[in-house]
Amino acid sequence: MTREESSGVRDIAVVAFAQTDVLRTTDDVSEVEMLMPVLHSVLDRTGLKTADIGFTCSGSSDYLAGRAFSFTLALDGVGAWPPVSESHVEMDGAWALYEAWTKLLTGDADTALVYSYGKSSPGSLRDVLTRQLDPYYVAPLWPDSVALAALQAQALIDAGATDENALAAIGARSRQDATANSHAQSRGPVPQGDYVVRPLRTGDCPPIGDAAAAVILAAGERARQLCERPAWIRGIDHRIEAHALGVRDLTDSPSARLAAEKAGAFERPVDTAELHAPFSAQEVVLRTALKLGDDVRVNPSGGALAANPMMAAGLIRIGEAAARIHRGESDRALAHATSGPCLQQNLVAVLEGEPR
Amino acid sequence: MPEVLKAPLVVEFPFTRSLGPVQGAFLTGLREQVVLGVKTSDGRTLVPPVEYDPVTADEIHDMVEVAPTGTVTTWAWNPAPRRGQPLATPFAWALVRLDGADTALLHALDAPGPDAVRTGMRVRIRWAAERAGAITDIACFEPYDGDPGRPARTSGQPGGERVTGIVAPARLDYTYSPGRAQSAYIAALSTRRTVGERCPSCRKVYVPPRGACPTCGVPTAEQVEVGPRGTVTTFCIVNIKAKNLDIEVPYVYAHIALDGADLALHGRIGGIPYDQVRMGLRVEPVWTQGARYPDHYRPTGEPDADYDVYKELL
Repeated sequence: MTREESSGVRDIAVVAFAQTDVLRTTDDVSEVEMLMPVLHSVLDRTGLKTADIGFTCSGSSDYLAGRAFSFTLALDGVGAWPPVSESHVEMDGAWALYEAWTKLLTGDADTALVYSYGKSSPGSLRDVLTRQLDPYYVAPLWPDSVALAALQAQALIDAGATDENALAAIGARSRQDATANSHAQSRGPVPQGDYVVRPLRTGDCPPIGDAAAAVILAAGERARQLCERPAWIRGIDHRIEAHALGVRDLTDSPSARLAAEKAGAFERPVDTAELHAPFSAQEVVLRTALKLGDDVRVNPSGGALAANPMMAAGLIRIGEAAARIHRGESDRALAHATSGPCLQQNLVAVLEGEPR
Repeated sequence: MPEVLKAPLVVEFPFTRSLGPVQGAFLTGLREQVVLGVKTSDGRTLVPPVEYDPVTADEIHDMVEVAPTGTVTTWAWNPAPRRGQPLATPFAWALVRLDGADTALLHALDAPGPDAVRTGMRVRIRWAAERAGAITDIACFEPYDGDPGRPARTSGQPGGERVTGIVAPARLDYTYSPGRAQSAYIAALSTRRTVGERCPSCRKVYVPPRGACPTCGVPTAEQVEVGPRGTVTTFCIVNIKAKNLDIEVPYVYAHIALDGADLALHGRIGGIPYDQVRMGLRVEPVWTQGARYPDHYRPTGEPDADYDVYKELL
């Protein structure tokens, strides 16, 4: 929904963003040890202390760690004394940001700390992700994340929307752009490689990595005090499609389109889009669904094909879009996060900087 | 700094799931080599069937049989099958719209190679030799160039005892690493020492250490050896024997503040009748041969600690 539609009229902005380097393995640190530098970094950027934060919300998943309630240990890094107002979503941190945004809209808090993290290295990610599928008809077949994305890619190729060369170009462009992003995992020229699941080759798939990210949100004047050029959130919306893959048209993303419309993305053109498209073919779907023209700068960070840490990659898209506004490189940016197989769930946020 | 530890961690669980009328009918049908779909209010047939219309959210339960033959709507060649997948040899994943259905079913397609697969190709179900009422009763699809198959039956409901549930075994393999702080703690235990970490801000000593002060939210690094003796701060009496636990009930499980620690850890109290354990009791660890952590704690014989000494550690 857009800010104007919501009951409150508070302006809420992303005022700070921090992320770790994305690494293939981080077994020398526990999750909280990985997370803490990012929490300190994002707080330092605003001068805030944990005790100053009105609301804290995080995103992570137990299935990555293989342990129940793993997020509770990460709270050690927040410093939850005196007691804090805290919540957690078992999702990408972009959805934790959505919850924090609504909390700020209610007026119950003026600032929020949103963080998320995921270590994919302890398990076999392709197998772990099968456990999010329909447990009756699909999960017993163990179709892995690449296989499901490959079904979507073939559907696009059959529809004439793309071909393997065009997909390779998306991967190459993403990793070329990532050379300017020191946090990205896969940078510069990478061989397109062999088929992982045809038609997707290694170059069409995201690297598997561990990372953490954090942002701080603030409302109204508080945002102006904390940030020279706040990235105002003009709208956020998220939508989901049917769970059964065979019910959906995999060449389209009506949920992303509807989320973008409700977030106000189509009211005025955006200059930048940070898309969470872990597989090359998904960028093709999203560009169409989100009506992004060739003049829109897509994934200047390199996007998910250069770094796709589970549970953090979506929040990083919002953070990267906001940081571009902070730096004056964008005036109106779209940030997108996805979850589930073949772009099942999609979140879109529209961010704006004030005229300079 | 000691080496960071790693160990295999297997999470394995047989998920037992009950089925509703629609899923139960579908899986019962598969056992009998009958494929059932469900009709939506606008006349579409969904295969596999669901209990609620994905468009209108209306409850739906009107089952209708479809053919065991169909058309591939999209596919992906899987050159390296993974554990648990339907076929052990390279195969295609395929979404197949069965004849008579309006939606597609995901399964494996057995074909000699990717050149033998295309969108639009005709396929039919290859049934598993032994069927139990599960999606894996379909072994896979196979290429088929004959006429559309006929539903095997005309009435909606298959015979035999109805399938009301499935057991879906799941296994995931991890390599667990506890990180720097806990590795140091575990390494110290191997020499029967207990090591905590002191917060640089509030100066409290945390045992076991987790690398962060949960109060201040800052990294901890300074190692502090604590114990071996400690004080029971609070306790409970366990009366129900846990499965696979070779300890007679009742026994006492206690919070124990080791000397020098600012956080109590927990352990079993032995060497004293359960009904004589009390707050303030002084205890020490008892190690068994080859153990990597104390088996239990027993009284030291010292006078009980004053309440004021440990009241902040309850």
